[in-house]
Amino acid sequence: MKHLTDYILHLADNALIMGQRNAEWCGHGPILEQDIALTNISLDLIGQSRYLYQYAAELAGNNATEDSLAYLRTEREFKNCLLTEQPNGDWGQTILKQFLFSTYQLYLFEWLQQYQDERLKAIAAKALKEVTYHVRWSSEWVIRLGDGTEESKQRMLNAIDALWMYTGEMFIPSESEMALQIPLDRIYKQWDAKTKAVLNEATLLIPEKVFMQKGGKSGVHTEYLGYILTEMQYMQRTYPDSEW
Amino acid sequence: MNSMFWEELFQQKIDNEIKIEPKDRMPEKYRQTLIRQISQHAHSEIVGMLPEGNWITRAPSLKRKAILLAKVQDEAGHGLYLYSAAETLGISRDEMYNQLHTGKAKYSSIFNYPTLTWADMGAIGWLVDGAAIMNQVPLCRTSYGPYARAMVRICKEESFHQRQGFEILLTLSKGTEAQKAMCQDAIDRWWWPSIMMFGPTDDASPNTEQSMRWKIKRFSNDELRQKFINMIAEQVKILGMTLPDPDLKWNEERKQYDFGKINWEEFWNVLAGNGPCNKQRLHARIKAWEDGAWVRDAALAYSEKKQTHKAA
Amino acid sequence: MKLYTNKFYYGDYGESKHGAADISSPQTNKQEWPLWEIFIRSRQGLDHKHVGSLHAVDAAMAIENARDVYTRRMEGISIWAVESKHIHASNPDDAANLYEPSNDKVYRHPTFYNLPDAIKHM
Repeated sequence: MKHLTDYILHLADNALIMGQRNAEWCGHGPILEQDIALTNISLDLIGQSRYLYQYAAELAGNNATEDSLAYLRTEREFKNCLLTEQPNGDWGQTILKQFLFSTYQLYLFEWLQQYQDERLKAIAAKALKEVTYHVRWSSEWVIRLGDGTEESKQRMLNAIDALWMYTGEMFIPSESEMALQIPLDRIYKQWDAKTKAVLNEATLLIPEKVFMQKGGKSGVHTEYLGYILTEMQYMQRTYPDSEW
Repeated sequence: MNSMFWEELFQQKIDNEIKIEPKDRMPEKYRQTLIRQISQHAHSEIVGMLPEGNWITRAPSLKRKAILLAKVQDEAGHGLYLYSAAETLGISRDEMYNQLHTGKAKYSSIFNYPTLTWADMGAIGWLVDGAAIMNQVPLCRTSYGPYARAMVRICKEESFHQRQGFEILLTLSKGTEAQKAMCQDAIDRWWWPSIMMFGPTDDASPNTEQSMRWKIKRFSNDELRQKFINMIAEQVKILGMTLPDPDLKWNEERKQYDFGKINWEEFWNVLAGNGPCNKQRLHARIKAWEDGAWVRDAALAYSEKKQTHKAA
Repeated sequence: MKLYTNKFYYGDYGESKHGAADISSPQTNKQEWPLWEIFIRSRQGLDHKHVGSLHAVDAAMAIENARDVYTRRMEGISIWAVESKHIHASNPDDAANLYEPSNDKVYRHPTFYNLPDAIKHM
């Protein structure tokens, strides 16, 4: 049971931190239509995290709630992948991060369709529809920016340089992923084929032999997460035990 | 057709509640007044995203975060509907942005006030959106078709905004002492700016008359303000809070609430750019626009490349 | 304060200039994304209806943007996007000769015909 709870928290933390980062863009996007589009993705991700936290709260017991799990755990307790907590950077970096993450979610949630846990299966089924669109939207943008202007290409190369070292961690199984037999090697192969195809169309090269960072799944994060949580959890920490 | 004649016909159409549509012949002044009004309304929606956007990452629960995010996104949508309506009058969105960024066009002054606490999200929803709705509902029947249709869509979506704001305050009003204090403080800070949202008194708005005749505006500033005050003075009782106006009281003779003197000096100053956040708000908009230039250019360049490719 | 009094006010929007809007000559910005008109079918069995416009670089993006902008509240199940420049419109000045001739052809409408009440289902 602990493994399942941990794993669901990991999925929830991923979705929440991605959603929180995307929400930072709201009102500051490059064009109104795309500001709205990215906010929709943010809303989908926060929605996913809520379903997952609610389930995790039931499993964890002890009067845990979606909010106590999101707002009252510390940076060493959060289990999200390092990729999700990286700064937004420019629009190109945000898009690339979204694409790399959504593609991972896509194949994972597809696989979860045959998982034995009914509740998780149902959450993944709902999320899968959203994620399919996120992959479509973000891959189109990766291609546009990679093959757009010289400047946009250079910015995408910078984004790859900044983010690629955080992609490996998604496929290194944690204790709970091993216990639950999540086939990360298979998901990696699908992810690898898809990202190669898209980056290829975007005329961008995938770096080779990058030394991969890891630690997020076991609560060893980059410095960025502390600030995300400080901001996100401020109200709950300052005014404990209040209804909002 | 001499010009006197068609302008009379134009006015007749408006008097008979027949909508004016984009390609119809219209007096130049009508077109310009509409462009200004619609574009400034659009700018207000877009700049209005900033004070509330300020709290999205700090919202106190996941539910509140999702609601606030959806609400601020709606405002982007409303800005977009309104820019679309203005574009039917022959001005581009880029041109309107340019007017905003250079200070030629303004936006609602209320957004030049800072959002200091979470309770401000409630006060903005209840008071600011409430005042906006009061202005906007009559505009659903405005004489220009695309504007009226945009307003219908906006009003439909706005109805959740005010309710969520009031609900935030209601929750705070039933909460801890700190929450109650936060609630009262937000009401105290937003009350006067929100009744200033209706604009100067009628005797200081001489062009109202022409706009009323064109049905671009359907009620005067003072009429709407009074209606709003009557409504809020009752609703505040449900919160168990007070409005920061010692002169506010029911006038049995007028069947209206009397209210205290509005600080017009503050109003003119915020309007003139001296509000607490004028510079910050405009800077944020300009930065978003300038930082986005390479993105917009790249997307366009890519699509042109694809089209040439297809044609070849 | 006198400075402001002959300006036009709507609500609390300030004006930088007196009188009408300051509209610079509508120079088209080559870098602006094209404008698209959006039509949405709200449910199966209904026509697509014009809902507004938006900007996008190509048709695919126009449809995606329309999905994000105009169907946030389940307003639609099908979207058409047409680049605005491809819409051909009749001239409102021709309205009289285009549409008024049909005004006296009331015999095209079913209510023109008086039939005995005894006849049902017609």
